[in-house]
Amino acid sequence: MNVGKQFKEGLITQNPVLVQLLGMCSTMAITTSIKNGLGMGVSVIIILTLSNIFISLLRKIIPNEVRIACYIVVIAGFVTMVQLLLKAFLPDIDKSLGVFIPLIVVNCIILGRAEAFASKNSVGASALDGIFQGIGYTLVLLVMCFFRELLGAGKLLDHQVMPAGYTPAGMLILPVGGFLCLGALIAVMQWALNKAEERKANKAKEAK
Amino acid sequence: MSITTLLAISLGAILTNNFIFAQFLGICPFLGVSKKIDTAVGMGAAVTFVMGLASAFAYLVNQVLVKLGLEYMQTVAFILVIAALVQFVEMFLKKNVPTLYTALGVYLPLITTNCAVLGVALLNVQNNYNFIESVVYGITGGLGFLLAIFLFAAVREQLEFADHPKCFQGFPIALITAGLMALAFMGFSGLKVW
Repeated sequence: MNVGKQFKEGLITQNPVLVQLLGMCSTMAITTSIKNGLGMGVSVIIILTLSNIFISLLRKIIPNEVRIACYIVVIAGFVTMVQLLLKAFLPDIDKSLGVFIPLIVVNCIILGRAEAFASKNSVGASALDGIFQGIGYTLVLLVMCFFRELLGAGKLLDHQVMPAGYTPAGMLILPVGGFLCLGALIAVMQWALNKAEERKANKAKEAK
Repeated sequence: MSITTLLAISLGAILTNNFIFAQFLGICPFLGVSKKIDTAVGMGAAVTFVMGLASAFAYLVNQVLVKLGLEYMQTVAFILVIAALVQFVEMFLKKNVPTLYTALGVYLPLITTNCAVLGVALLNVQNNYNFIESVVYGITGGLGFLLAIFLFAAVREQLEFADHPKCFQGFPIALITAGLMALAFMGFSGLKVW
């Protein structure tokens, strides 16, 4: 078990949204305010960690042919749990996230990690993987929320931060903004990863 | 319920509240299977079919759940219904339309995890639609998806030859293109015929 490597993979080199390109629907749909992003991110961290632990525990019992169906039932169970908790204690967030909370069931990140990681690794490693991948997802959400809320509404966490003369670029709050923001973010990520690779190649050359 | 309500639902699902461009449901297959027009249309048709069926079955299942007082099991029940339906469609296509089956390949089982399908089932409940309205919303929502993926695939085929910065290659430029299309679809938002 290699905590440092898993941490780096979850947050950067194997970031679920920016590199693996999973879970795009929710990333674009709910990132209109930081409050929404935080609510969604924390829900996903909890569900991803729990489902990873459970699937890892069950990995020797679940028959290979029906594994996807089993995973979905496990995930749907945890999603329902989180949904009921949110409804009871944070009804505001539940209302603004709406249909996207139950839709975590079909968020490719969770099923993807179950299939690619939890079904092959020990419980401890799977739990860590869930937490780090979840944090990687949440970070992307927060970056998107930050730009969209700041530039699109001139606010952060519902407080006016931009000067009074600023005209909000309302387009960013609309669906269009989601596509453009995520596109730009992935482009930045590709640029950074390319740069890092170039540097590595150069170093290898110099060493020779 | 009158014919105008149904027409209003259809128009909303296809244009003003398009599943892809306004509601962000079904983005994964939208980006994944849109490299070629033929496969895109095949996928769109399959999704439309499954969405129509899923709306009908989810409505019936929901009636049973409400009667038993088990509304909180909605998500679990719906996803199971959808998984079974997709399996059924897969078997049907494999036997009767093998060319489409091989073309869709790995994306066919992925319809299970297409948020548009589960989304339409949940939205039907949220909007209190009756049986006919649910089915109409499912099918027209699917047609909206088909329209979006067809238009996008047509643009994307040209995108391969376009000149753009290296870091925008692949997904980013596709997302920007989709964003511009979403902007165009926003033009429908004031549309009210009925």
